[in-house]
Order: sequence, then C-alpha cells, then structure tokens
Amino acid sequence: MINDLCKQSSLCREFPIEEHVCPILSNEMVNEEYRLMVVEAPVAAESALPGQFFHLLCPAINNEQPYLRRPMSIYRIDREAGHIAFLYKVTGGGTRSLAKLTPGDSLNALGPLGKGFSLPSGVSHVLIVARGVGLATLAPLATYAKRQGVRVTAVLSARHRELLMSQDEFSSVGAKLIEVSDDYGNSAPESLNVILEDKHSQDPFDYIATCGSNRLLQLAKTLCKRWNIPGKVALEAHMGCGTGMCYACVAPILNESGKKEFKRVCLDGPVFDVGRAMGW
Amino acid sequence: MVDLTVSIGAVKLANPIMPASGTIAEQLGDIIDLGQLGAIVLKTITPDIREGTRPPRVAEGRGATLFSIGIPSKGPDYFLENVIPYYSHYGVPLVASISADTEEDFGKLSSYITVPEITAIEANISCPNLRDNGKAFGMDPSATYKVIKSMKESTDKPVWAKLTPNVGDVRTIALAAEAAGADALIVGNAILGMSIDADTRKPRLGNVIGGVTGKAIKPILLRMVHQCSSAVSIPIIGCGGISNGEDAVEYLLAGATAVQIGTENFINTSAMIDAIDWIYSYCHRQNISRATDLTGALCHLDANMNQEEMA
Repeated sequence: MINDLCKQSSLCREFPIEEHVCPILSNEMVNEEYRLMVVEAPVAAESALPGQFFHLLCPAINNEQPYLRRPMSIYRIDREAGHIAFLYKVTGGGTRSLAKLTPGDSLNALGPLGKGFSLPSGVSHVLIVARGVGLATLAPLATYAKRQGVRVTAVLSARHRELLMSQDEFSSVGAKLIEVSDDYGNSAPESLNVILEDKHSQDPFDYIATCGSNRLLQLAKTLCKRWNIPGKVALEAHMGCGTGMCYACVAPILNESGKKEFKRVCLDGPVFDVGRAMGW
Repeated sequence: MVDLTVSIGAVKLANPIMPASGTIAEQLGDIIDLGQLGAIVLKTITPDIREGTRPPRVAEGRGATLFSIGIPSKGPDYFLENVIPYYSHYGVPLVASISADTEEDFGKLSSYITVPEITAIEANISCPNLRDNGKAFGMDPSATYKVIKSMKESTDKPVWAKLTPNVGDVRTIALAAEAAGADALIVGNAILGMSIDADTRKPRLGNVIGGVTGKAIKPILLRMVHQCSSAVSIPIIGCGGISNGEDAVEYLLAGATAVQIGTENFINTSAMIDAIDWIYSYCHRQNISRATDLTGALCHLDANMNQEEMA
C-alpha cells in the first residue's frame, strides 16, 4: 500500500527527473522585455521546488535549431491546476525560439533540476530581494513560504518602473512589497540598506533570498552578517547539460575552510549560501 | 531475434552503445536506466586534484558545441571510494578514463585504479604532455607509444587508447598505440576550435581554445574510423557527433565494433537507450542476426557505375 502510494508520487519514482512534454497554454508579453509562458505539466508541478529549473529544448525557427537546451528557472508552480510557468527575457537564439511557441505547440522540459530553496524550521519572516529576471526565480518562494505560514517582504527592483513586474504574483500570497527602480533613484544598495534596516527594526527578518544582481548579493551578504541570519542566492550560468555531467556551468563558491572552489550551478546549486557565493 | 552483443577484445558488451567519457554523471541515473548500456565510461580522472579551466566553459555553434572544461578531477581516491561504488551496482562493464602529465604518471595511475570493479582503462591522450611544451601526447606517435606501453606494463586490465583527431594522419597514431599493446582504440575526441564574440571582441571561452563536439563533426570522425580500421587489427570504438542509432550504424559500417555517444546525451537524455532500440530494429529489417556483423560491412560503390552513367 505504502509502496503503491509511493509509486504515484513523483518524489519517490525510480526516475524522478524526466523530459516532460508540456502543452503550451499561453506565451504572452508581460512588458516590453519579458514574456510569460504557462505550460501543462502535472507531474513536474507536483515535485518542483522554488529555485529549481527546467532545461528546455528550444524549437527550430527559421531553419535554425538552437543546439543545446536552455536552463530556465521556474516562475510559478501551480500544483492544483498542474501548471508551471516561466518568465523570461528574449535575449538570444534560444529565447527567441521559445517566444515563437503558441498554444497547440508543446515544449520538451527536462527536470525539475538543481537544488532549490528550503526554509529552515522556525523561520517566520522572509526577505526576498530580487532584480530583473531574479523576480522570476524568487516568485515561487513567496508562494512556498505562504503555504508554510511564513510571512514575506519582497523588494522588487528594476531599471525602470514600467519594467517592474510580478507584483500580483507576490501580493496575491500576502507578501509586503517594496518597489524600487533606478529611475526613481531608490534602487541602489545604499538606499535599500536604509529602507531594510528600518523594516527590520519594526518586524525582524530571519531569512534572506536574493537573485538577479551582484550588488544585491553583496547587500544580502552584509545584512545576513549584520543580523546574523541565514541567506541564500540563486545563481545563473550558461549550461551545457544541466544535469551535472559536463562541468561547464561552474561558479566560484567558498568551501567550509574559506577556499574558493568551482561548483556546478546546475547540480550543486543554483541555490547557494550568500556567505559562500561570490557572484557571477 | 537479433544478437546485439559485441566484443572489444576480451571484453563482452551486451550491446555496442556506451557514453563518451565526461558526458554522464550520477544524476543521469535518475533519468535513464544506465543498466541497459553496453558499458559505462567514466569521466577522466588525473593523479592530482584539478579545478579545471576558468569559465565560461561552453559556447555553441550550428549543430556543434565548443567546450573547454580542463578535466576537473577529484583524484583517484575519491574515484575509488565514491564513483566506482555508485556505478558498480548496474552490472555493466565499467571503463575508467585517465589522463596525466607524463607517461610514468599514466602508468602509476593505471596501477592504482586496477580494482576488480573496473573492466578496462581508457587513456585520454588528448591532454598536454608537460615534457613537450604542452603538445598533446596523442599528437605524436612516439609519445602515444610511451603512454600506452607504460599503462600496459602497469595493469592487467585492457587498455583502450582514445585518439585525438587533431593530427595530420591519424593512422600513424593508431599504429603506434597498437604497437604499444593497446587492446582497442577510441576514435576519437573533440576537434580543437575557438569562438569570438564580435560585439565584445573577446573569446567566448575562458581558455580561449576548446574542443568542438556535436553532430557537425561526425563526417570527420567517421572518416578517421574508416582510415584507422584499414590500418590496425585491434577493435575500434567510434566516437564523434553520434546522435542516434543510424549514426551509430554508420560508424559500425566504417569499421567500428562499438560506439560512444557524447554531446547528444546533454540534449536528448534517452539518446543511448533509443540508439540501442534503433540498432535492434535496423538489424531485424536488414536480416542481420548479429550486430557484430555490421563492423566494417561497408559496401563498395559499384566500379562500373561511372561508366554506365557516362554511357
């Protein structure tokens, strides 16, 4: 009986990672730079964790086939509906080809891959600090925290106010938002430091998650140290295989004795301790 | 019923499909059944612990990848204590792959990892020879001979020499490896290349130069297998741009006894399993009862064809 139940759960299947063939439900622009792709993937939605990613097989366009898969962090995990979503910026051949997918097409998504976020027990107030595409990676963490009864405050940062996005994704799960942008002059780490110190004094944070900016990583390092709380960063890297085989996506990470080591972002990460990560 | 078994000298394989070194890792076992493979070839290890080259380590072209990884290695003890135990339960022949800075170190490392779980040892001779200004061992017949000889004197395991394609006449290297006692050849490895970002004017790889792999290089390595198979009498394992069963069969027809699939594993995780199935159906369709009969079964072009066409 337990064995039967186990077989139904993707978490204890013999092959927990697979190439999911996912029907496209929508793939629309959300602002002038980013697109949101929602796909049907019930098995993947059941097991995926925030911070994990899928390695996507990009379709051929104009007779050109992007050769390697492209890693994409998970933006939304909807277990009830059996959907997952990706929020992405069209920057090169791979994402240009993904942008062409329309409902009726399907996407081959290998995953879920990598080590995601897991909130230590006892955490009650999470600070999310995200910029640009980092918003996509950290959005599902807000949902995940909410499910565990953990409060979330999210700093959403962008170059221009019009490029801020995902406010609804965060606020719908009760996250308090702090929106900053370069054009409003309040996105620099120095300004954020003042804002966050004030928030912390009113309602202390006990965990920080960041993604998308080296400067914000440095800020997170400083705050974690000052407040003596744990913090994690999700790194991004160009990948070959996405599954730990090729060693192409390595990033310098400090080991226990403070020595720099190359770690595979795809397998040892993408989520690392902020105190160990050195940026990208 | 088709018999897919092949023999690489004394080593019997359930089928002719195995991964190329460095293109599988433990996590692939969470995706496919590694127990179905003909053999499992492990990532190259070195006697010392190495970090590998500085990133970026990968760039992409049409049907091709450019990698420069630099053989990151946790050394032989980690290999014996962690890697071997993980893979040995699959019941598939395990092939170690080694590299070193000198021919003596190739021998010492071979001896050190001669354990019952290992079926054969692959010599990755595409790496730089520190005694010859960093020129790869496999670019020089005499250095190739010395490495293989040193390994053969240090282990009773079969030694497979993995040749580099970055040479003028690969047959001279193949003959040197055979003369030194190699039990088989793997033909071959990545082709040296580079890539530049015109916008930044910077090389796309941290190491500037890397190795081109992927389906675009298949015709070049297929030609080399064809050339080597007429030069040597030891078995050849084809490797280079194989994406599917049909590519694998082309290599067998050119003279290979088995093949290694590499880069394709990064794109299509079931490539090796699908290739085994494809070869089975191909043999069935062609009324071939044993896959081993495909080796070197290339049909020659009709000598009279040109005359008929001209008539």
